[in-house]
Amino acid sequence: MALALLSAVSQGILWGIMVLGVFITYKLLDIADLTVDGSFALGGCVCAVLVVGGADPTVAIFGALVAGCVAGAVTGLLHTVFEIPAILAGILTQIGLWSVNLRIMGKSNTPLLKNDTIFSAVGDLTGLSTNAVAMIVGVAVAVVIICALYWFFGTEIGSACRATGSNEAMVRALGVNTKVTKMIALTLSNGLVGLSGGLICESQKYADIGMGTGAIVIGLAAIVIGEVLWRLLPFAKAHAFGGVLTSAVVGSVVYFLIRAVVLQMGMDANDMKLLSAIIVALALCIPVVWEKYQLRRAYARASRLEGGAE
Amino acid sequence: MLTLKNVRKTFNAGTINEKRALTGVNLHLDRGDFVTIIGGNGAGKSTLMNMVAGVYPIDAGTIELDGENISRLSESRRARYLGRVFQDPMMGTAANMQIAENLAMAKRRGKPRTLAWGVTKAEKAEYAEKLKELGLGLETRLTAKVGLLSGGQRQALTLLMATLTEPKLLLLDEHTAALDPKTAAKVLELTEQIVGEHNLTTMMVTHNMNDAIRMGNRLIMMHEGNIIYDVSGEEKRHLTVKDLLQKFEEVSGGELANDRMLLS
Repeated sequence: MALALLSAVSQGILWGIMVLGVFITYKLLDIADLTVDGSFALGGCVCAVLVVGGADPTVAIFGALVAGCVAGAVTGLLHTVFEIPAILAGILTQIGLWSVNLRIMGKSNTPLLKNDTIFSAVGDLTGLSTNAVAMIVGVAVAVVIICALYWFFGTEIGSACRATGSNEAMVRALGVNTKVTKMIALTLSNGLVGLSGGLICESQKYADIGMGTGAIVIGLAAIVIGEVLWRLLPFAKAHAFGGVLTSAVVGSVVYFLIRAVVLQMGMDANDMKLLSAIIVALALCIPVVWEKYQLRRAYARASRLEGGAE
Repeated sequence: MLTLKNVRKTFNAGTINEKRALTGVNLHLDRGDFVTIIGGNGAGKSTLMNMVAGVYPIDAGTIELDGENISRLSESRRARYLGRVFQDPMMGTAANMQIAENLAMAKRRGKPRTLAWGVTKAEKAEYAEKLKELGLGLETRLTAKVGLLSGGQRQALTLLMATLTEPKLLLLDEHTAALDPKTAAKVLELTEQIVGEHNLTTMMVTHNMNDAIRMGNRLIMMHEGNIIYDVSGEEKRHLTVKDLLQKFEEVSGGELANDRMLLS
């Protein structure tokens, strides 16, 4: 059990990089980008093929990042230049990537059993256990990415990207080409997703054509879990950007912990996707239901008060 | 300054919903002109503003600003010359960003965005100074999200944002229509203050005939996609609402019977 939980934490951190990518499109750009399922697997496939081909494992991870960026740019082009609705543009890229990924690997999975990875390198260097190494590498990468995102979204270009998600008409009126900001956000987002796919590939020592299936739902689940946890913190400022980014990664860890626990309790692994979907659906439903409940209660109270005054 | 030559725009051409929004508009504004624009629903007032701003491409004609033909420039490219305030107070600001961040983006209107920091310390002091002039107490709330502000506050902020970098032309599209009378009066007062301070060339669409007569040095009346009455200087100063109604009937052969205009 302890081992399973430890492994869940390390997995959660590595997937957390993908969650940061999903965060950019879903929270900042206000787009549910379905490219993610494809670009995550793409990152894994590219990384695996590069490692098997003898490339340095770090270079392979970088390759996964670049591949993810390209996938995001394709969705961006479809959405901005050809004005295809974002959801559909993402689905098109995702579907296309399935075939691309098969072409890249030439088969449906690529094992890396005999190859060195960044995890095995760090493991050899420190002599730590696999899970500890995965955690250290994951935390290091996550911290670097969170800092980079914090910086980027504070810059002029980053601010313009955030504003695009908030009020597109206004951003255009202020002289920003929103096609460019959307392209930047989608490219960056899927770059992180690809990077995460590469990391997962090296940590689990194989890439599989189906490894990205449902990634978007995991991403959304992690974001909503992180958001709730962040709000529960007494000292948290609701909009402190660094905290919100960190909570996305924490949400990912919690998601994988929940998963490990329910799997240990004997749930079929194939039912996990249903559980993820239910978590996301509930997270989206609860605020709506809560608000309606509050409205009804306020109305009932008001009528009671009026009744008493008469 | 601004010259429109034979500008045409038809929406949904060739369909049952065809709407000839502008039917060959000619207009020339001199530097420092403050033009108020009135007209009934569907007269083309907002379309005229949107054509100048580049929200939609024009079908025919040319738009020149300060000698440069801007007819084919995209909305974001034209933005460097234009300050805009919209009818909907939600449209001019980004609700989930801070007041300072909104102002900082407006400050960079028309300039290429870089990887420099989005809001600098020095700017914040400047913004606090400018916000103070609005007299709405916003200067102490620089880091508050704009979504927390009232419609009037947001509109005043948008006005400040539109003029933060001096625009060649200020476009006000019924920018007080969604506000209550008292707030509307306050925003109009700010408008006059800011426009006067920088002597901005301004186009202001309004449905309030009194405001249209009182403000600016020139008044334009639109009907069915074109300008039917254009008055300025001494003659405008002596206009009354009654004159305008009469003028409208005379030129269009109908009544400028719009409850909203008569009531306000």
